[in-house]
Amino acid sequence: MSTLEVSPAEPRSSESARRIINDFTIQVATVNGSGSQTANSVLMRSIFQMGIPVSGKNMFPSNIAGLPTWFTIRASRHGYIGRKKEVDFLIAMNPETAREDVMTLPPGAAVIYDEPLKLNSLRSDLHFYPAPFDKLVAPVCPEAKLRKLVRNMLYDGIIAFLLGIDMEEIRKALVKQFGQRKAKAATLNFGACQAGYDFAASNLPKTDPFSVERMNETAGKIIIDGNSAAAMGCMFAGVTVVTWYPITPSSSLVETLIGSLKRHRVDKETGKATYAVVQAEDELASIGMAIGAGWGGARSMTSTAGPGISLMSEFVGLGYYAEIPTVLFNVQRVGPSTGLPTRTAQGDLLSTALLSHGDTKHPMLFPCSPEECFSMAGEAFDLAERFQTPVFVMLDLDLGMNNWMSDAFEYPTKPLERGKVLSAEDLKRLGGFARYKDVDGDGVGYRTLPNTNHPGAAYFTRGSGHNEKAGYSEREDDYVNNMERLNRKFESIRGASLRPAVDTHPAAKIGLVYAGTSRYAVEESRDQIRKEYGIETSSLRLRAFPFTHELVDFIKGHDRVYVVDQNRDAQLLALMRLEFDPREIAKLHSIRYFGGLPLDARTISDEIVRQEGL
Amino acid sequence: MSTTLTPAPKKTNRIGLEVLSYKGGKTTLCAGCGHNSVSERLIEVFYEMGIEPWKVAKFSGIGCSSKSPAYFLNLAHGFNSVHGRMPAVATGAVLANRGIMGVGVTGDGDTASIGLGQFMHLLRRNLPLVYVIENNGVYGLTKGQFSATADLNSKMKTGVVNDLPPFDCCALALEWGATFVARTFSGDKKQLAAILKAAVSHNGLSVIDVISPCVTFNDHEGSTKSYSYMKDHEEPLHEIDFVPHFEDISVEIAEGEVQDVRMHDGSTLRLRKLDKSYNPTEKFDALGALNEAEKKGEVLTGVLYVNTEKPNFLDMLNMDDAPLATLPQSRVRPPKAALDELMEELR
Repeated sequence: MSTLEVSPAEPRSSESARRIINDFTIQVATVNGSGSQTANSVLMRSIFQMGIPVSGKNMFPSNIAGLPTWFTIRASRHGYIGRKKEVDFLIAMNPETAREDVMTLPPGAAVIYDEPLKLNSLRSDLHFYPAPFDKLVAPVCPEAKLRKLVRNMLYDGIIAFLLGIDMEEIRKALVKQFGQRKAKAATLNFGACQAGYDFAASNLPKTDPFSVERMNETAGKIIIDGNSAAAMGCMFAGVTVVTWYPITPSSSLVETLIGSLKRHRVDKETGKATYAVVQAEDELASIGMAIGAGWGGARSMTSTAGPGISLMSEFVGLGYYAEIPTVLFNVQRVGPSTGLPTRTAQGDLLSTALLSHGDTKHPMLFPCSPEECFSMAGEAFDLAERFQTPVFVMLDLDLGMNNWMSDAFEYPTKPLERGKVLSAEDLKRLGGFARYKDVDGDGVGYRTLPNTNHPGAAYFTRGSGHNEKAGYSEREDDYVNNMERLNRKFESIRGASLRPAVDTHPAAKIGLVYAGTSRYAVEESRDQIRKEYGIETSSLRLRAFPFTHELVDFIKGHDRVYVVDQNRDAQLLALMRLEFDPREIAKLHSIRYFGGLPLDARTISDEIVRQEGL
Repeated sequence: MSTTLTPAPKKTNRIGLEVLSYKGGKTTLCAGCGHNSVSERLIEVFYEMGIEPWKVAKFSGIGCSSKSPAYFLNLAHGFNSVHGRMPAVATGAVLANRGIMGVGVTGDGDTASIGLGQFMHLLRRNLPLVYVIENNGVYGLTKGQFSATADLNSKMKTGVVNDLPPFDCCALALEWGATFVARTFSGDKKQLAAILKAAVSHNGLSVIDVISPCVTFNDHEGSTKSYSYMKDHEEPLHEIDFVPHFEDISVEIAEGEVQDVRMHDGSTLRLRKLDKSYNPTEKFDALGALNEAEKKGEVLTGVLYVNTEKPNFLDMLNMDDAPLATLPQSRVRPPKAALDELMEELR
């Protein structure tokens, strides 16, 4: 094509001579609502299907259409799936941000762009690949109104040529994306992709060093987001009452769950549902219903984010004092209500742990991966019913909404743990019961459900003003005894808490403590510190609160322990301050990131280097 | 056969329980509080209807009214929850355990202010629940502030005049899709009991606004929720007889126009009309009558509206007939094949 512009200057030749295989980050810059999601998912999946470890992160605005959005795909032969700051391959589709996107690239990066944007004049140290998107899309998509969507598939084809992605994998990924029922859509999109590929093959000589080669690192693995994984976990945990109110980034958890329940939990013979889902009027109601359902004997849950957690505060306190099981998923985002609702953070750790008024504290689970979202959902229901208390599963937006490469989930074999519930037969045998009496010494009393067919089944539920028999009491000793027993119960929860994942290096003086999605950045950072400074580190990934003795042992075994927080105020560290004695606390140092993007390894490494004075 | 349908007190009811089995704890409300009369009627109604008390679950929010579930049906589970949000708790519990008969007790402070949103949505869902508003126009537990149902220009004990118009919970309930709406007076034992029985038989949400005077903070001259004001201004729509499903309906109908409403459980609500133009199955008649009464300064009592056709929330959700709470693992954990299939789709 004669109208094509050529890069004004060649990038450094050493860059182009060196081949970089399966180790790069692609960033697709588009406009929100332009339908790039399919193209991005297909691109990610086709690399995955070639056996190469891959991760995808969507950085999107709080907006339905019109604002800029970026999708980042990282391929890593080393298996690193955390975010990498540097972009190696930019696909610049958004005129609004194209200039800044190009200016922030590191030297040697490559840029695919819509030709009219004329980005090649901006820098001389990049590999530019212009393509006339509008001209290319018209012949492959006769229906004008679909062109905006199909247009994006062109860049999949162009980059497939440039990186060496097998077109057959793209075709398979498209079929997967659209399913058998939308085979026509898959064909249309593949046509566009092929047009992009053919254009690139005849017009864009490859000058950049990046390429893919088949590996065998993804066999048997799946691609799924954390919210969907958690939803599946809830379904296989036998959830029966789901009450919720839509909020980003947690909505897709319940939306996926509704789909799964319709498919797998409607009785084939009777056509009746073995569950109830209610979209409540607000979070005040959704938690109230979850608490009511837990009290009534259901496996109940709700799902929300920080602003919802704040609204649920009063009810959760009642749940704690009145000892009612329920499960809350908190998919954390940057606060507050009108903050950055589509950006990730782990900023609700403190507020959730101590949610509500009076002396309250709650167990939390910290999944780091889709597998853990799945398995910890089951754990959470078991814990809630066993200990008769609200239990929180703390995801973050990065885990909940982004697609992750994951091992396939294992079918749960452990029977559902329904806790200490007395039946009519039990009551006949026992003659009666005292709801809040610590019969077994673990702080957990026996409860009955309404509609238990026995005159001795009933008890009256209210907050903390009750004696062992659930009778109304404002007596000092009754209150103190009750509160002491609740503390014993919390210690029992600690005993049953999920243990941390510890990786101790015998020579390490430095330890890193973290939770959830910080895992990927920390693991990569430890490799960076080892490679670049020859320093070994140990790590401990917390999987639950309350903390267990493994954490104390870990702190004791190291000179300096860095606690990694995805919030400004070092909340994970603050929780340790609440639990440990000053000798241990003195060893703790803080590494914090709170910019709203998924944590990256270099941020941690730089901070360790700075604080260690390396 | 007599036309008096309430059976003479017996030692035991039709399921062999004494009235003692329906009693609650000793009330801690003020002597003479209207709410205590409501508790007494609830005891009487559940006893006479022969309902197993352990099938009942009592729910309440916060306030004087919300304390009262502790004063009736000790053999029923009870849940004193948080302010204005009893509807949510009751919704969750009924979904979890559809075998329970839910009774919610709330007040005007609980329902007509913080609870207004939940009240609306409860109506929208038509949850099977008896929802009793013990309405005294005043916050008793915090010592005498006006509530949102206090009438315009009514006077506080301190002489302060209310300068805001009231919410009429019955009119609002009608607007928001109620299927059973009644207003009554705690001092009118017969009417209150008959309405409660009809509510218990209703397959859906029944809203009963009971004017229930507060003897301590709102029973003075200038109050429109006092015993004396109600005695002077109560205007019954009809005389109500309730014939439960387990009793013979073939009674003689006396002079005057009678309208029978067949309830879901086979009981009959028999309304002996005092005003011929009124039809309680017509929503707009009910709204019109309330509007007229307000103009005349009357407090209209009786069954304002009843709709036995609309499906309740459990029907709408197509829920299993068995309580969800006690479904066995085999019915709530899908088989391994289901997970395998899901995993295959994601590979």
